[in-house]
Parts: sequence; C-alpha cells; structure tokens
Amino acid sequence: MSTLLFAAASGAYGAKIHTPHIDYLSILPILIMMGGAVLLVTASSLFRQVMGVGSATFITVGTAIATLVAALFQWDHVVTHGAKVTIAGSIAYDGFSVFIQIVVAIAMLLTALIADGYLKREGIDGPEFHVLAMLSASGAMLMGSANDLIVIFLGLEILSIALYVLAAFNHKRAESGEAALKYFVLGAFSSAVFVYGIALVYGATGSSNLPQIADYLSKNVVASNGVLLAGLALLLVGFGFKIAAVPFHMWSPDVYQGSPSPVTGLMAAIAKAGAFAALLRVFVSSFGTLRADWQPIVWGIAILSLVVGAFAALVQKDIKRMMAYSSINHAGFILLGVQAATVRGVSASLYYLFAYMFMVIGTFAVITVVARDGDSGHQLTDYRGLGKRQPLLALAFAVLLLAQAGAPFTTGFLAKFTVVAAAVDIHSYALAVIAMASAAVAAFFYLRVVVAMYSPVGAVGDLSDLDAGELDAGPISVASPANAPVSVHGQNDAVASLSVLTEGPPTSAVADRMVRVPGLTTVAIGLSVGFTIVFGIIPGPIVDFAHQATLLFT
Amino acid sequence: MLHLTYLIILLPLVGFAVQVLFGRRLGDPVAGAVATIFVGASFIVSVGVFFDLLAVHGAVRSFTQNLWTWIPVGGMQIHAGLYVDPLSMTMVLFVTGISALIHLYSIGYMKGDRDYPKFFLYLNLFVASMLILVLGNNLLVTYVGWEGVGTCSYLLVAFWFTRETAAVAGKKAFIYNRIGDAGFIAAAFLTFDKVGSLDYSVIFANVGKIGTANITAICLLLMVGVAAKSAQIPLFPWLADAMEGPTPVSALIHAATMVTAGVYLLCRVNPLLHASPDAAWIVALIGAATAFVAATIACAQNDIKKVLAYSTVSQLGYMVLAIGAGAYEAAIFLMVAHAFFKGLLFLGSGSVIHGLHDEQDLKRMGNLRVYMPITFVTFGIGWLAIAGVPPLSGFWAKGDVLDNAWAAHPALWVVGIFTALLTAYYMSRLSGLAFFGQDRWKNKVAVGADADMPDAHHAAGPIPEPHESKWVMTLPLIVLAVLAAAGGVMAFATPHLSLARWVDPVFSGSLYNDHETTSTIWKLSTLDAVVAVIGVFIGLRLWITRADRPKLEWAFLRQSWYFNEIFDAIIGRPGARLAQFTSTVIEDKVIDGAVDGTGALVRRTGMALRRVQTGYVRNYALWIVVGIVALFAFMLTRTWWA
Amino acid sequence: MIGAASALNGNISGEWYLALAAVLFAIGAFGLLIRRNVLVMFMCVELMLNAANLTFVTFANMLHDIGGQVLVFFVLVVAAAEVVVGLGIVVAIFRRRANATADDFHLMKG
Repeated sequence: MSTLLFAAASGAYGAKIHTPHIDYLSILPILIMMGGAVLLVTASSLFRQVMGVGSATFITVGTAIATLVAALFQWDHVVTHGAKVTIAGSIAYDGFSVFIQIVVAIAMLLTALIADGYLKREGIDGPEFHVLAMLSASGAMLMGSANDLIVIFLGLEILSIALYVLAAFNHKRAESGEAALKYFVLGAFSSAVFVYGIALVYGATGSSNLPQIADYLSKNVVASNGVLLAGLALLLVGFGFKIAAVPFHMWSPDVYQGSPSPVTGLMAAIAKAGAFAALLRVFVSSFGTLRADWQPIVWGIAILSLVVGAFAALVQKDIKRMMAYSSINHAGFILLGVQAATVRGVSASLYYLFAYMFMVIGTFAVITVVARDGDSGHQLTDYRGLGKRQPLLALAFAVLLLAQAGAPFTTGFLAKFTVVAAAVDIHSYALAVIAMASAAVAAFFYLRVVVAMYSPVGAVGDLSDLDAGELDAGPISVASPANAPVSVHGQNDAVASLSVLTEGPPTSAVADRMVRVPGLTTVAIGLSVGFTIVFGIIPGPIVDFAHQATLLFT
Repeated sequence: MLHLTYLIILLPLVGFAVQVLFGRRLGDPVAGAVATIFVGASFIVSVGVFFDLLAVHGAVRSFTQNLWTWIPVGGMQIHAGLYVDPLSMTMVLFVTGISALIHLYSIGYMKGDRDYPKFFLYLNLFVASMLILVLGNNLLVTYVGWEGVGTCSYLLVAFWFTRETAAVAGKKAFIYNRIGDAGFIAAAFLTFDKVGSLDYSVIFANVGKIGTANITAICLLLMVGVAAKSAQIPLFPWLADAMEGPTPVSALIHAATMVTAGVYLLCRVNPLLHASPDAAWIVALIGAATAFVAATIACAQNDIKKVLAYSTVSQLGYMVLAIGAGAYEAAIFLMVAHAFFKGLLFLGSGSVIHGLHDEQDLKRMGNLRVYMPITFVTFGIGWLAIAGVPPLSGFWAKGDVLDNAWAAHPALWVVGIFTALLTAYYMSRLSGLAFFGQDRWKNKVAVGADADMPDAHHAAGPIPEPHESKWVMTLPLIVLAVLAAAGGVMAFATPHLSLARWVDPVFSGSLYNDHETTSTIWKLSTLDAVVAVIGVFIGLRLWITRADRPKLEWAFLRQSWYFNEIFDAIIGRPGARLAQFTSTVIEDKVIDGAVDGTGALVRRTGMALRRVQTGYVRNYALWIVVGIVALFAFMLTRTWWA
Repeated sequence: MIGAASALNGNISGEWYLALAAVLFAIGAFGLLIRRNVLVMFMCVELMLNAANLTFVTFANMLHDIGGQVLVFFVLVVAAAEVVVGLGIVVAIFRRRANATADDFHLMKG
C-alpha cells in the first residue's frame, strides 16, 4: 500500500529518488545479529508458553554462530577482493571491520552460554535478556563497520541503550537498578557531548563522512581551527567514556559491580571492542593528519588510566569492582596502541581486544558461578578455599587472572608486549615504562585473588592484614559487627565489612559450599581458557590475523 | 614421511602427557612399558624420515618444517621450525634408538622404585627436549631444548633426592649448566643484534656481514654453553657428581645424548667456527686439555660410575678437539660410536651394581665374569671398543679424530695419543678389578677402604652371590654390544654406507683427512692399535693380580686435580660471604624497606582514589566535565601555538 | 528548523546561532551537575542534544549542505529512544523507592 503511494507520488512529481545501492554482504553479520534479536522477540511473543530460557539461548547461540560464519565468509571475501566502502560511503567493509565483527560475535556466543545458567539460577524468565544482548552486540558491530561519524553514533547508541537495560536486568538486586541509573545518566551525558563533537567537526570540515573528512584535512591547512579541535576533544571524551578511560571512567566501577555478572563481561568485551574500533578508525585514519593535536591527549589519558586503574584496583574488596579497575588499566594499555597510531600500534590494539575479550568473559563466567544465588558473593572471601573445593574451576580462574596480569605463555602476555613494543617504536618511552610499571602493580591484585583461592576458608591471613586498618574507615563497611562471620585474630569488624554489602546473610557463611557450574558455562570457560593458553603458546595465527586486518584498513 | 617430522618430538611429548595424567594409575611396570612404546614409535618414525631424506638427492639434502610462527613481533619473526638434514638426522636416529633401549632397560632397573612412574615421566620429557634441541631450526628453539634437557638432567640426577648427596649433585649440575646457558643466550642476543634473525639458514647466509671479531665472540660465548653442557674444562666437575642419578640416567643423559648436545651445537654452527680460526683453536685446545685431564683422573677413581664419568668427559674432550681441528665428521663419528659403547658400559655397570646390591666400589668387586657372563661379554666389547682395539668401533672413531689432530697440529696429536694410552689403561683397570681376580665382594669392606675415598656408594650390608640380570636389562646390552662392535662400518668409504659422505654436505667438505697420504694414515692407524693393546696389557697386568696399588692412585688424581676445591676457594666461599651480606644488609634494610615503602605508597594512593569515587552521579559527571575542560585547555594551547 | 534557516537569511549571522547553541549546551551540562532530580537531569541531557541539533542546522545552513539537517533526524530518533529507556529505568526504580533523587543512589562507591 505504502509502496504504491510512494510510486504514485514519485510519478506525480516526475523526479526519481536515488536510494543508495546497498551491499548486503558488507553488513551481513550485523543484519544476522539484529535479525536474530527480532526473530527471538517475535517467536517468544507468539509462543510464550513453550519458549523458555533454554530455547532463547539456543536461538542466540545459533545466531551468534551464524554471525561468526558470515563474518568469516566476509573475511575470506575481503582478503581476496580487497577492502571497499559501501552504502553511500557510510559503511567500511575491510579487514578491520570484519575483525571486530568476529570478536563481537564470539563475545556474544560466550555470553549467551554463560547467561543461560545465570538466568535459570536467578529465575529470570523470558527472552528479553538475549534479545537485548544481541541488539547491543549488533551496535558494537556497527561501530566497527561505521565509516561515518553519525553511523558511529548510531552504533554507539544501539550498543549503549541495550546495555542500560541489561544493567538493570536483575531487579531483585538494588545495585542493579542503581548501576543502570548511573550508567544511563552518565551515558546520555557523554552521548550528548559526543554528538556536539560531531556537530563541531561537521561544521569545521563540512562532512560527517570519515573519508571526506580525511580528504578535506589533507587538502586544507586547518592547524589552528578552534572549532575542529574542540570537536576532536569532545569526540575523544565520548570515546573515553565508552572505553572507561580516566577521567571519564567513574561510572565503570559502580556499573560493573551492580550489573548482572554476565552483562558485565559482555559490557567489558563488546563496549571496548566497538568503541576502540571506532576510536582507531576516526583518529588514526581520518584525523591522522592532526595527530600532533590529539596524540598528547591520548598519551595523558593512557597514563592516567594505567595508573589509576592499577592503584585503585589494589584496594578493592569486591571482585567485580576490582575487575572494573582492571578493565580501566587494560584500556590504558590498548590506548598505547592508539597513541602509537602506526600499523603496528593498530594491530597491537586489535590483538589486545581479541585476547581481552576471551579473558574478561571467561573471568566473569567464573565470577557468575561463584556469586551463587542472588548474584551477591563477590567478595574476596567468597573465593577462599575454592582451590580445594573445585580445583578445576580455580585453576581456570587462576589462568584467566594470570593472563590478565600478562603472564608469559598466555595471550595476555603478548597483548601487553605488542602494545608496549608499538609505543617504544614511536619513542614513547615514558609511556612504555609507566605501562610496564602499572602491569607490575596490577599483577599484585590479580595474584591476591589467586592467593585467596588457594588459602583455606576462615583463615584471615595476609589479605585482611593488608587493609584491615583502612577498612573500618573505608566507605563500604555498611554491615554491623553483629552479623560478622566466623573469624580469627579479632578482626571481626574488618571481616564483616568485607562480606556484606546488602541485606541477606553474610556470604562467607555459605562460602564453603560447592558452587554449581552449569554445563554451558563450563563450555564458555573452557573455550576462554583454551584460547588464552593455546594462542598464548602459539600466538602466530592471531597476531597474523590482527596484522592482516590492519593492513586491510581502508 | 618428511612432513611427519614433528611426530618425532610429539610422540615422546604425548608419552610425557600420558605419564602425567595416568602414570600413577598405570604403575609398575605398565608405565615403563608405555613410555618405552612411545619412544620406540618415535624411533620408527625417525627411521622413516631418514629413508625419505636418503631419497632426496642433490647438494641440499635438507628439509625445513615450519610448525607455526612462534614470536611474531615486528622485525623479530621467530618460527617454531624444525630442520632436518644429515647432521640432525644422525643425532635423531641415535638419540631415539638409544633412548628406546634405555627405556626398556629401565623397566627392569627401576623395578620396585617408589617413584617408578615419575622416572619415566622425566625420561620421556627428556627425550622430547633433546629432540627439540636437535631438530630446532633456529637458536631459540634449540635453546628451549637446551633448557629442557638441563631441567630434566637436574630432576633425574636428584631423582633420589632424599639422599643428601643426590640432592646436592642435582643442584651442582643445574648451577654449572646455568652458567653455560648464560653463555648460550648471550651468544643468541649477539647473533640477533648482528644478523637480525636467529634462523640458522639466515645466520649462515650472512656470516660475511657479521665481522670476524663478532664471530669469535659468538663462538666463544657458545663455547661457554658447550663447556657446561658437554663437561669441558673448566666446567666439567658436575658430571662426576651427576652419577648420583640412577644408572640408566647416567647412560642416557650423561653419556650418550645430553652431554653430546654441546658437540652437536658446535657442529651445527660450523660455518661460524669456520670463519673464526682463533675460536677454533681455543676450542681445540680446550678439548685436548679436557681429554687429557679427565683421562688422568679416571685412572685413580674407585667408584665404577665415576671412572666411566671421567672417561665420558675425556671422550667428549676428543670430540671437541676434533671440532676445533675442523674435523666435524670425525667428531660426529666418535659421538655416535661413543653413544654406543659408553651407553653399553654404563648399562653394563648398572647390571653389575644391580647384581651386587648397589655396590659401586671397584675394590669390592672381582671375578664377576663367572657370575654374570652376559654382562661380562657385552661389557668386555664396550671396554675393548673404547680402548681402541681393532676392529671395534672405537678404533675407527678415535683413529679418525687422531689422524685429524695430526693434520691440524702434531702437538694435539701427541696429547691425543697419550690420552688414548691412558684410556686403554684405566678401562682395563676397571675391567680387571670388576671381572677378574678374587671374589672380593665376599669381604666385609673394600680393599683400602680406610683411605680417603670420597663418594663411592656401597651396598647396605653383606653382598649375597651376584646374579645375572633379567632379559629387559640384558637385551639392550646385547644390542648395544653389537652396535659398539660393528660401529666401525660407518667409516668405510663406500658411497652409500659412509657416515662421512652422509654428513659431508652439512660441512661443505673441509676435512683435513683429504690432505693426508694413505701411507701416513696407515702408519698412524697402526700406532693407534699398538698403543691400545699396550694400554690394555698394562692395565690388566697390574690390576688383576692386586687390587691395592696406592702408588698408582695419587690423591691429586683421586681428588680430580682439586678442581672442586679451587672453585670452592675462588667462587664458593666469597660467594657465601656475599650472600650473607646480601641477606642481612641488602635484603633486610634496603629491599624490605623499599618494598614496604612502595607498598604503603601504593595503598595510600589507592585509598585516595577510593575517596574520589564518592558514589554520587553528579560527582562522576563533574569529573567528565573536568576532563572536557582540561582537553579544551590543551586544544587552546594548540591553537595559540599554531 | 525551517524557521531558524529562514531567520538566517535575514540579518542575524550564523555565529550567533552557534553561540546560542554553545550556551544551551553549557546550561544543560551545568544543570546536570547541580540538579538532583533524575527527571530534570534527563531534561538537561535533552537540552544538550538539542544544542547539538541547533549546531548541526546552523552549520548546514552556513555550508549550504543538506547533510547536516539530515543528521538532526538521527539525533532526534536516538534521543527519543534514550528517553524511553531512561524513563523505564526510573519507573523500575520507583517501584522500590518513592523518589527520584539521584543523590539517594550511592550504595556503590569506592
């Protein structure tokens, strides 16, 4: 009906509307991912009775695998036919974008596996979780492919809006709502800043299309254009917020802590992947000529992120908060590659994103199962004795943590090594030195968890000794000594404040029980650990992959 | 089958994994059998690869298998690659073959040991490491194997770690080897700095660009590694102590395979040595000195395994001497022959020790030929082979080395021929004491046991009548005896059988042998044979009749030229003092202070950051705004500046 | 927007519109910092987004490029979606507690 009207209208005016040619192959993975979400939400509203969490997981996993297959097909296509720009210049179809599609698709696959057990355990029905996760994944993928500032913005919003809702998903937990609110208010704020940045860049260069901007900048000397530089700064703020770089990181500890654990893993992996992809594309390729203007800023942000992330993580008691600061630290590392703005830097960043995706999702898979019913057991004390109770789970977690710390023979080591090498390559020695020093500090807090896992339940030992003094003064001690768990050394207050954040029994009272690891979660953890170890020992294929992806950058 | 080369390494590794996962469950003797099967399979694959390589004709008879890119960082592209050529193939064949035999032997020898599966676990890991060392196509892969065999050597020497001496010997072996590893890795760094690659093929293609001084430095640094691994002066004392390990370990690691890794490495880098005559001369001198010194020490030892250990050091000295003289092919010939006869001698001594309930003192043996006939015959072949009596393998191999030494410099030959005399003598002394003479094992104590006799191990109580060992132990003896006897056929220069022709392409044919006349070779060979027979005659004549001849066992020789004492005085004691100083002053005051201070600083910073994180949304937004303002301020300076 | 464009054809130059947009943006940001009510904070964000929109339109006019005006539609749609989700979150939180003061949410900190 509407097409008919449309045809009549165009016939009446005698003018043809030129719609751009749409190369569906170039956005196939995004379409599959979004299509999966739409299919799932439709199917579940039609067959409400028969669709449980299990079938939603099934469809999501299927969609993620289909996306992955499509992306791999794209990779093959790009390698043989070369990179190009499609859909009226708004989508880049190159190795770089395909790389991000692959990373996000795998992240989605792993998250769906983990979420299945989580949703069943927490008694959260319905397919909405999976639908939102797929939508946000498609947003991250769109950011990776976007070749126009406004498309980046669209991707960013698709990614973020779905994540806001996901953060609020566990309505039984007060933290979940608070996390969503904080994330939303600050996210909307940063989006507004980002859009204003786009407006300024548009005003200064006359286009929001990245190649056209690059073209304009190469033909005109705009060194002292205040509007353009202000726009650049605001774009950096928007990206800085998404990747949780200091000082735009403040949301991340609260949001990481409050969100349901599988969501946190997804958020850490795909928000970073999408935002870094766009950041690299915008700054390294389009604003490459202005690198003298933005490189010092990235330099400073990287240093702040490295230092603040490592130091603040050290004093955390909640493992999800600790992982949030750890992810800030990781963002600092990836920024090393951005700051280098060389082929080597870009491929190092891509490799880092790939490796980090597996490490962080695997880590949050373990955190999800250890947290037990109610998703509340996130204190270090909850990890005590895990090595004895469930040695394989503890071993997997230890591997993932050590990988994040950058231990050799894991992907984490080479990830850190390549970005630092890229920084050294362009003589950013100070940055490289600070990065390595922060890695040393960071190793300490990762090891603290490992030590906790392999020390017996009940023994307070070194961990509490370390900060027993500060804890009483610390702001998170909301529990009264009355509900203190069993403890020794007369440090009841300290231990009590460690163990409880909300209502409910002290978590360490149940800490010596086995936690159930659902089968699908086991698969996800196994894949993460396997990838981390195997490609830590044989890094060649993935490094080559990241390098190729960079060379096929438009 | 060339493309299956990786299986040669993978099979022992899988064996290792099987032992790790199921070793305890398999137990004694299945664990040993499984380990043996994996190594045997590796040998079979090696034979297949060997015939395939044989089928490749032409000047470049080699094959490189790149498994994966191991460390791809910018300009540094290090592949996990394997390199098969006549040299590495020769090593692979005898390493896997002898390993399989010794695994088989160990099934019997280690029977009843508390840690039976663990022994085979280490042994399999050792074989895999050794094969990585041999097959690596660049210095780093070789280094991985180099470290791997060092680690396994440590673990196996200290296998009976509850014995104080074994634990100490393990540490000693490890520390000496670490010194060598430092030399190796420094050489690798220097090479990478000059060439930009660690691949052998690239290094050798660029020899001309490195510069003679650098090549000499690289060779000498490598020689440090070789001196430690192959027990050359001055880093040889660990090998004697390493005899604390179980006898199959001594046979496999400390006679046949690992200690020859240094010799192999020098052969591998022959283009470098070729380009640096100075380094080659130093190598030759070290080899000659080691051969002589170790042979003299072997003349005065009472522990049967110590005699064999110093004999090994001496023979390794011959090999290094040959390499220094440019006679790589002779070195490899001796290495292979030595693997046969020394492996045989060690296994034979193990059989003797086993039969005498862990008695290792020669002075408490005697007349064993009556009780252990198979051991005696096979051991006898090994004895005559190493002594250089024709037509056994040792005569040909050692003769080859000596001929080349003659061609290089007559002085080297003089040392060599005198050492050959000593070799024949001390081996005959050993055989005379063990297999001939009186039944001294009936005595309560050894002859002259009150004399200072540091380390010989003794049986716990009175020794019952000795007995021959079981087939799993005698079969490897017989096989090795055949090889030790007939190994000389490798020398015959028919185009298809000659070892020299086979490995010649690796060394681009730079043999001194070529420059000598047939009559000289005949004269030298005759002299070798005569010297060997004289040595055997003297040794037997002296030691069959009497077991105590203190005049022939100088304390100076018994104490290994006081090398251990010298090291203790110049390194050990000052080192202990330094360690004392470090632990009391540096550790307690400086380091602990710094660590505590840093810790406090870090914690305080962390706590400050926590206070900034107030939990209020507007505060968070404020920080974003602060960030924006800071960025604007920076951009403003950029516009002003421009 | 059409109105703004036609006014530009008069004698008010584009710079004034840009300045107005910048001021609106600053007011929005400032409001977000000082207001406690979550709904008002949303409104501040909306103000900032509209400041950006105004900037787009002004630049489009100054550059004689229709593209900038098209971008505004994207921003409007996104803003609408954002508000829907935001209000949803607020409603969900309202069920737990009966106020919408942002400062009440500081369970998590440090």
